[in-house]
Amino acid sequence: MPVEVRVPSMLQKFTDGQKSVQLESANVGELLSSLEHSYPGIGDQLLEQGELRRFVNIFLNDEDIRFLEGMETALNDGDVLAILPALAGGDR
Amino acid sequence: MPVRVYIPTPFRKITGNRTFVEADGSDVNGVLRDLEQRFPGFGEMVFDGEQELLEHVNVYLNSQEIRVLQGANTLVSDGDEVAVIPALAGGAAMTPEMVERYSRHLIMDQVGPVGQRKLIDGKVLAVGAGGLGSPVLVYLAAAGVGTIGIVDFDVVDRSNLQRQIIHGTSDIGRPKVESAQDRIADMNPNIVVQTHTQPLTSENAMEIIPQYDVIINGADNFATRYLVNDAAFLSEKILVDGSIFLFEGQVTTFFPGQGCYRCLYPSPPPPGMVPSCAEAGVLGVLPGTIGAIQATEAIKVLLEQGEPLKNRLLLYDALAMDFRTVKIRRDPACPLCGDAPSVTELIDYEEFCGSPFHEGPAAAAGG
Repeated sequence: MPVEVRVPSMLQKFTDGQKSVQLESANVGELLSSLEHSYPGIGDQLLEQGELRRFVNIFLNDEDIRFLEGMETALNDGDVLAILPALAGGDR
Repeated sequence: MPVRVYIPTPFRKITGNRTFVEADGSDVNGVLRDLEQRFPGFGEMVFDGEQELLEHVNVYLNSQEIRVLQGANTLVSDGDEVAVIPALAGGAAMTPEMVERYSRHLIMDQVGPVGQRKLIDGKVLAVGAGGLGSPVLVYLAAAGVGTIGIVDFDVVDRSNLQRQIIHGTSDIGRPKVESAQDRIADMNPNIVVQTHTQPLTSENAMEIIPQYDVIINGADNFATRYLVNDAAFLSEKILVDGSIFLFEGQVTTFFPGQGCYRCLYPSPPPPGMVPSCAEAGVLGVLPGTIGAIQATEAIKVLLEQGEPLKNRLLLYDALAMDFRTVKIRRDPACPLCGDAPSVTELIDYEEFCGSPFHEGPAAAAGG
């Protein structure tokens, strides 16, 4: 099940500058493990003790996974998973 | 024929402070007579001794002045919108200068004289006169939003000028609120600018935010972002939130009780985990795009036109030139706007965000 993962610019240093990577996984939780396996260090930015950090949202297509099945949300071929951390805002 | 009638500010004391009331009648005269009966005092505000419409009162049917239709005998249909606009609504007549200035709005069906009056009567607060605040303030002022508040305690720095288009080189060292106020006065002298030069805090936010109809968040740090979110919800104000980073932006519009920033991001990142624009940089034009979208949202809300970004988060990627929206919603477990709220007044946001309130790129300097 290849799924496209969109990586925010804040985390692209972990993915060699790639803004989108393809991974195969049955559900969101497994996909995040697989993401950490392929791009060491990124997992810690997203997860804390196995839970999604509270300033990071993951959208499957256009739905927040918190309102789907969370980490258990099943993935299908062609799905797009977007990682969206909170942005502080701007600059002075 | 039930129609919706827009009541301008000076008449609202008669209608129990309601902006819109329903009324019945087959023509405009019937609708006005219905209001006269139901709201004592209304008649004297619109009719003269001969029971003719007062000369300084204009009546619009779906944004068309009734004098270009069939006057008071113009027939109305179910769902029509009637507006009663005295020449002095809002304390100032629509002068010939304003008619010319706003002419591109006045000829639009979606704005027209009624919409322009709503903008003139509108009160919008921009939190921050920085990257996001600059385009927000410029477009709100140009559009004729009558009262504009600006919160910012920062001064203009040369490094701001790469993106903060409301300030100029000659403003370096001046308080941003003063620089912005001067620029607005030059762009549109009809605007009343209210400056708030103190940092927004838990102590003063509930005095400032309730003075406005729409709040635009261009804060540059999480403490202020959560403070503005909470104060806007507690004051039942519409909040247009925008944030930027490098080449990316996020915008959404929160309506009180229908989801808030805490529903989207329950808590901020630990200090240092998410870099600020001052640390990481920002494409100069990026806040222009995001701020212009925030201004568009505020203007639509004031006009009551179109579909705001309600329960939608707009994501912009300037490099890919990609706009997408994702669905967001109210979280029943939200500590602020959820079913069993634990945050019922403003809290200590410094503590909540784990960082000194005015650290680094100062609070409320914005976008």
